[in-house]
This record gives sequence, structure tokens and C-alpha cells, in this order.
Amino acid sequence: MDTSIKEARTTLAEHAYRIRRNALLMGEVQGQGYIGQALDIADVLAVAYCHAMNLKAEDPQWEGRDRFLLSNGHYAIALYAALIEAGTIPQEELETYGSDDSRLPMSGMASYTPGMEMSGGSLGQGLTIAVGRCLGLKRKGSDAFVYTLFSDGELDEGAVWEGLMSAAHWKLDNLIAIVDVNNQQADGPSGEIMAFEPLVEKMEAFGWFTQRVDGNDLDAVLEAFDAARQHPEPKPRMIIADTRMGCGVPFLEAREKNHFIRVDEHEWQLALQALAAGAGRTA
Amino acid sequence: MNTITPKPKLKTSAMIASIASEGQRTQAAPFGHALVKLAAERPEIVGMTADLAKYTDLHIFAQVYPERFYQMGMAEQLLMGAAAGLAHEGAMPFVTTYAVFATRRAYDFMHQAIAEDNLNVKIACALPGLTTGYGPSHQAAEDLALMRAMPGMTVIDPCDALEIEQMVPAVADHPGPVYMRLLRGAVPRVLDEYDYRFELGKAKVLRGGRDVLVISSGIMTMRALEVARELQADNVDVAVLHVPTIKPLDTSTILREAGRSGRLVVVAENHTTIGGLGEAIGTALLRAGVTPQFRQIALPDAFLDAGALPTLHDRYGISTRVMANTIKTWIG
Repeated sequence: MDTSIKEARTTLAEHAYRIRRNALLMGEVQGQGYIGQALDIADVLAVAYCHAMNLKAEDPQWEGRDRFLLSNGHYAIALYAALIEAGTIPQEELETYGSDDSRLPMSGMASYTPGMEMSGGSLGQGLTIAVGRCLGLKRKGSDAFVYTLFSDGELDEGAVWEGLMSAAHWKLDNLIAIVDVNNQQADGPSGEIMAFEPLVEKMEAFGWFTQRVDGNDLDAVLEAFDAARQHPEPKPRMIIADTRMGCGVPFLEAREKNHFIRVDEHEWQLALQALAAGAGRTA
Repeated sequence: MNTITPKPKLKTSAMIASIASEGQRTQAAPFGHALVKLAAERPEIVGMTADLAKYTDLHIFAQVYPERFYQMGMAEQLLMGAAAGLAHEGAMPFVTTYAVFATRRAYDFMHQAIAEDNLNVKIACALPGLTTGYGPSHQAAEDLALMRAMPGMTVIDPCDALEIEQMVPAVADHPGPVYMRLLRGAVPRVLDEYDYRFELGKAKVLRGGRDVLVISSGIMTMRALEVARELQADNVDVAVLHVPTIKPLDTSTILREAGRSGRLVVVAENHTTIGGLGEAIGTALLRAGVTPQFRQIALPDAFLDAGALPTLHDRYGISTRVMANTIKTWIG
């Protein structure tokens, strides 16, 4: 590994650690939250917000920015954690998470939060909005990218497939979609609720440049984002990220029911300690 | 000996049936032409449809502005989501499909992706109410109820070609989402005889009358004007108040007109009795303590029949002939 990549990786690992830590601290404020998902997607968000995306942290409406559309609104805690890490939301606001009149409601809403580009929560909408934003950016001659994150559970929604088909039809080479495959949805394992594999073959058949990576391997995620941006063909780009719920906190990762994690009061401190220990730090 | 009886002329239950009565003046594709005209001044306007450009008069826009036209395929959820995305990036999408598909298939997308963010998307929907004999799959009897209930949505039910022409620039000037019913193809043109001008949010008295006040929207205003002429022969004097904007409702004009004593108030709408103009007005009257004799001419709370449109309009009481008879019965 050459020195600059090594440095980039070290820095990104630090960002990912702090995103996870932010999410745990917010979870502690409310005593609950979609912590499993926040921990699983932290590496992807670290690469997106601290490496790949063109952003001005202090100006979330900057016209030249890359757009990030969070389709799965219940991942808001993860996105807030990343927006805090990127400097768009002040660190001290973390304590307001999920409280009355906070800018950080438990499900992501565009009108509440700087840097939140859409109101998610009604699942399966993000990709369709992303298609329109990509078309809109092309109309303006902008070279900004539209990123959208959705979950494997959202593949149950028909509108996702409408979006997949249309993105290829319109040759949206400014679209980078990330599917978080953690194989957990509300009623159980995603693949058992509605079988969605083989995903790579499906996405390729739909006309997408498709990569599948370990979403908790920073090097792999970094390379996938770079390849997605630099891909020469006039196609939309898909990153299928296989992730582990609770990643970074071994005792949460080991829980069987982790779609909506119940964390006992004393466990938050343990989780922060476990996270720090795994990252070679003190909590 | 066999006698040859001539075959009766078949009435069509075709999807696109004419709403013009015999001999009525019509104008071709007023929406398409008005949009083309406006688009010349407003470069942010784009047209979008879900495989129904030719059937919503949007093909006229698509021919003139192919680079501003987005064919999204038969996918209404995508259509609304993508319209939201384009609006986020500064475009002003005029989105067309049939009213049933927008309101029933893509309601959540209009609600979440468009209305909650107060985006500048104009949704123009053909075959509103009972304007096709194709059966409940295509009959949008409850579209106004659904769209009225959506926060932030402006809802418009135009009467004729003239109104559609004037409505297009008016909704473009209005910031925020709009749902408008669309009459397509050969659209009757009647309102120019009444020196009419569409104003968003305004109800207009088209004619005065001492006995009955018909409050109506959409094609029922045309019918109400015809009824008024017919009943004149029976010395029944019918006033017509046209309410093209269903939401926000022009309650001050409605209360003023309905509050004039002695007149039977009849709300006539091409929509189910539930949740449309009639209930909106009834509620407004009660809230204000205005209690005239009140009747509704509207479609029943039922899945409507398939058949020829004139047959169905007679059957459900919204044709001029049946409506005139009904009103005569009410006033004894």
C-alpha cells in the first residue's frame, strides 16, 4: 500500500470511528434508535462524506455540491452522525437528537436538517427522486453526482425497480446508488421476507455498472466509490454493500434481533468502550 | 314474413368519450397549446408523463420541446418521485397521467416527495370524475376528496377550454404543488360568453337568479348553465356560481351567495358525494352558521358502471336533462 492511500485509509478509519461514536451518543440520549444500521453503514458514510463527495460543509445548499439522498429515513441517526463529522451540524446539537423542536428528528426530514436532501421514511422513494435530480442536474449542465442510499428491504418496493429501470434508460452516469445489504428488516431477515438475490446479476441486467463489496471494509468501499465516479460508460452506478448490523461493537453485532436494538442503560457506556477498544482507542 | 329492423346505433363505452354536447363549440387540446405557449417564456417548464402523452395532450409540448419532455414509462410512482427530483433542481414539471393513476397509485409519492417539500410540481390529470365509460379502473370519482386531504396541495377543477388556457399560466405563477383536473382532446368552450377570467382561488358568479343557486365546478358548471337556460322556460330563475378552485376554497364568495335568503342551494359536482365540493361547501356553511336549503348533485358512493358516457351521466344524475328535472322536483 503506498503512503498516501495508507494515510487516507487511516484518516477514514478515524472518521468512521467518530461517526459510530456520534451515533452511539445520540442513541444514548434517547435510550434507543436504529443503532445497528448506523454502525453497519458508518464506513460507507465515512467514505461518502469524508472522501468521495464534493461538499462545502458550511454551505449545505451550495449549488455545486454532490447530493446525498437518504431513502431509508430511519437511518437518519447515521446520517446525522456523518453530518456532524463533516462539520455541517455542530457537535453540541447531538444532544438534541429526537427531542421536541430538534433539527434532528428520529426519521430523516428535509425541512428539519441542514444537509438532508429528502424526507425519507416512506420506503422506496429515494431512487425515484434521485432519477429526477439527476435529470435536473443534467438540464443545468452540472457535473455534480447524486448519491442515494437505500436498504435491501426497500427492494420489496416496486417503485425501486421503476427507478432502476429508468436510471439506465436515461443513462444517468451522474447517479451512484448504494444498497445496504445487512439482511435485516422489520419482520426478520430480508432475504427470507422477500428473496432478492442474485443482486449483482439483477442490477447488471437492469443496465447498471455494479460493484459488490464488503461494506465494512474501508479499502474496498473507498475503491468502489472511486470506481463508481470514474466509470467511463454512460450508465448509472451501483454499489452493493454487504454490511454487518452493529459493526464495531461486537456484543451488538452478535445480537440476533437487531433491526431495532434495545440497549439497556448500562450498555451504552459498554458499547462506547467496545467501539473504542476495537479501534485501539480509549472511549 | 320477416321485417328488417334497422340496427340501433351502438353507443360507445370507449375510454376517451366526448364530454361535449351536440353542437357545442370545442377547441382542440387547450392544455397542450397553452403549455407550449407558456414554455416559450418559462424555460424552467418541463413536461413529464407515464405513457399517456397522447392522451393528456402533452404530445403537443413534446413535439415542440423534445429536450424538455420526459417520458417516464408506465410507472406513476417514478413519475411523481422524478418530478420531485427535477423540481428540487429548479425545474417546474407539468406532470400528466390519468386522475385514477395519480391519485390512487402514486398518492404517497405526491404526499411525501412533492407536497411535504412544497415543490413546484403541477399535476394535470385527465379523465377526472366520470368522464370515461371504461369502468371503475379509469373513473376517478374520488380524486378531489383524496387531493383535498393532502396538506399544501392546491386543487383545481376547470370547466372548459378557455379556463384551461387561463389556468396554465396561473398555476405556473403559483409557487407550490397543484393538482388540476384536465379535459383533453376536443374540449367545449363556453365561458367566453360570460366574460369570464380564471383567478386562482376565486369563485365567480356566472349568472344571477332568484330561486336557485347552483354552485359547481368543472364540467358541471357547463351543465348548470344549460340547466339555468332550460328552467328559465319554466320561470325558474337559476343562479350559477362557478368554483374552479376546490382548495383553497373561496368561502367568502360562497357564504355571501349562499347566505342570500330564499334560494335553494344546490352543489353540483362530477365527483362522489363524499369529500368533494359539496361536503367542502356544506362544512363551510355550517361553520359560518349559514343554513340554506342544501342539496347535492353528485356521483353515488359506489363503483360506477361501464357504458356510454351519456347513458352514465343520465343514470347518475349529472346530465343536463336529469339535473334540470331533479332541481324542478326539489323546488316543487
